[in-house]
Amino acid sequence: MFLYRTKRTLKLGIKSLWLHRLRSTLTALGIIFGVASVIAMLAIGEGASRDAMAQIARLGSLNIIVKTVQPSEDQHATGQQQSFQEYGLTYDDAERFRNSIPGVQVIVPVRRVAHQAWYRNRKIPVEVIGTVPWHLETSPIRLVMGRFLSGYDMDYKQDICIIDERVMNELFKFDAPLEQFIKIGSDYYSVVGIVSTQPIAVSSEQQEAKNVEATKKQAGANAGNIYIPLTTAKNRFGEMSIQASSSAGRRVEKVELQEIIVKVADADLVLPTRDILQTVLERFHKKNDYELTVPLELLEQAKRTQRIFSIVLGSIAAISLLVGGIGIMNIMLATVSERTREIGIRRALGARKKDIIFQFLSETLLLTFAGGILGIFFGCTIPFFVTHFGNMPTVITASSLLLSFGISGAVGIAFGMYPAYRAANMDPIESLRHE
Amino acid sequence: MEQPRDKTLDFTSDGHILVFDKLCKNYQLGSVELKVLREIDLVVKKGDYLAVMGPSGSGKSTLLNLIGCLDRPSSGKYYLGGHDVSTLDDNELSAIRGRHIGFVFQSFNLISQLNVLENIEVPMFYQGMSEHRSKVRAIELAEMVGLGDRVNHRPTELSGGQQQRVAIARSLANDPLIILADEPTGNLDSQSGRDILNILDMLYQQGKTLIIITHDEDIAKHSQREIRLFDGRIDKQWYNR
Ligand SMILES: Nc1ncnc2c1ncn2[C@@H]1O[C@H](COP(=O)(O)OP(=O)(O)OP(=O)(O)O)[C@@H](O)[C@H]1O
Ligand SMILES: [Mg+2]
Repeated sequence: MFLYRTKRTLKLGIKSLWLHRLRSTLTALGIIFGVASVIAMLAIGEGASRDAMAQIARLGSLNIIVKTVQPSEDQHATGQQQSFQEYGLTYDDAERFRNSIPGVQVIVPVRRVAHQAWYRNRKIPVEVIGTVPWHLETSPIRLVMGRFLSGYDMDYKQDICIIDERVMNELFKFDAPLEQFIKIGSDYYSVVGIVSTQPIAVSSEQQEAKNVEATKKQAGANAGNIYIPLTTAKNRFGEMSIQASSSAGRRVEKVELQEIIVKVADADLVLPTRDILQTVLERFHKKNDYELTVPLELLEQAKRTQRIFSIVLGSIAAISLLVGGIGIMNIMLATVSERTREIGIRRALGARKKDIIFQFLSETLLLTFAGGILGIFFGCTIPFFVTHFGNMPTVITASSLLLSFGISGAVGIAFGMYPAYRAANMDPIESLRHE
Repeated sequence: MEQPRDKTLDFTSDGHILVFDKLCKNYQLGSVELKVLREIDLVVKKGDYLAVMGPSGSGKSTLLNLIGCLDRPSSGKYYLGGHDVSTLDDNELSAIRGRHIGFVFQSFNLISQLNVLENIEVPMFYQGMSEHRSKVRAIELAEMVGLGDRVNHRPTELSGGQQQRVAIARSLANDPLIILADEPTGNLDSQSGRDILNILDMLYQQGKTLIIITHDEDIAKHSQREIRLFDGRIDKQWYNR
């Protein structure tokens, strides 16, 4: 009985909406755009958020990254270029970390040198990374072929190297890379393994902001990474480097390590460990020549920012839905007053207030649900175009679909109720006289 | 949604189906009080055929609206089927209107968006009749008033007389006990008018209670009892048979 009535009332609603097609379409547009923008905005927000999270996660959420930075205040203090500068992380630092911090699982000291790599007559700029066998534990790169460094390589300062896929593609267009020799500087290194390319992470952007010059040198030109034993690196490249500087010709720098990555066993240990590292570093470094990066902290910060971002986007979209709802209410009020006489006739022929309410509410609901469905459709296509042409990642979540559909239903009920009540509470005889 | 509650009106006995007790209807027009109906006393029995006559503006339509529970009196009592109408709530009044009363309005009051068939079906829809049954009945009624070939037309595509016949067909949809008609033959030629009169006679024969407003003496002659309204009062009333 109820279902039957509902069916017929809906039929009636569809009919009268169809009678005023243009008006119905225009009214539904408000909801369509509202729902579409809710979905699209949430998708874009979610996409940006996941992208940022993924970038940060690549740094390793259990890692604490300590980097060498060139101290800047010295130069300003003296007002002239120093010809010799010694700064940055040292092997002692790494040793101190190992001794003073409980819960530390892995410590990876890294030495980075920008260099040229030769294979036959091919030459590319690379970053030579002197590191330890357990480097892979702190890094998202994987071994693709061959092997990584071994303890033997470290102890005997072997002239071997592991190249990443970018280097492989640049240098070994035709040959199988394993067992081949690459020339870096004046020495030859045998290729023993291949690893995946290091994805570009957020930290490089941050570094860029802080230390533009150094980054340009590194990231600007290099075509990939070559990993060699840390001991070999120390032996071959030493710790001195000659820097061409803008005003005063040449400058000699001594840097032992560019980076120490500390990995802890558990996420709870990240922040305490960071504090300990901070204290240790403060005690032994007079100059401000290091920088601590905690991906976990960044991750949480990013999450907070993204949440705010999502709320802002969502509210803007919700306001557009609200405006759409007010538009619907406006039209329904107009419809009710236009159909006053019809309402009077129906009342005279036995319609109860309930029936009239139901009739007008069903029209509003039909409009909003149709608008909601179309809105979901458009809301799902917009992110597609954004991803395609705007090169922005987007993620449509099921909850955003449900949310916007629920909102459009709520808008329909909320804004349809008042016009429907107005229609039902009109005096039958008054409305029959209405012209 | 439950069936409209059937306020059991006492229509079964031969008793007084409709009783007016000093019924008044006033309209407040600014500071002036317009007395449209003044202390009307009227008793209508089940199966009566009543013709209401009177000059324009004498309050005939107002009286009919009161009888049909569309309007509420300003003072006085109105008993319908043994119930004091002022004690009934809106749902009960709606149920009475839909089920027991058939209206034929002076200005037809058809719904312009609906075609003939759908207009006739409206009262049946609110009584919860199935789509199929109401359609069959609507066609039957349309044929009865001679519009069997016009069922898919909109009211705007019909002549005044045809619209009037649709209104009559619609008033009979739920097989009501009381039929209230405001000048049902006003717009008809004499032949169609006679057809309508025949229908009314037939309904009278079936034991329906008919209250008809008319200006036409000939039609009034068909009725069992005539009432003449003048300036809101029952001026004269007499029995024809
Ligand atoms: N809503 C209203 N407000 C004020 N006055 C009204 C209202 N409705 C009716 N009237 C007045 O009540 C009086 C009676 O009107 P009613 O429609 O009952 O006349 P009637 O007898 O049906 O006339 P007719 O034969 O022309 O249809 C008229 O003078 C009219 O002006
Ligand atoms: Mg009248």
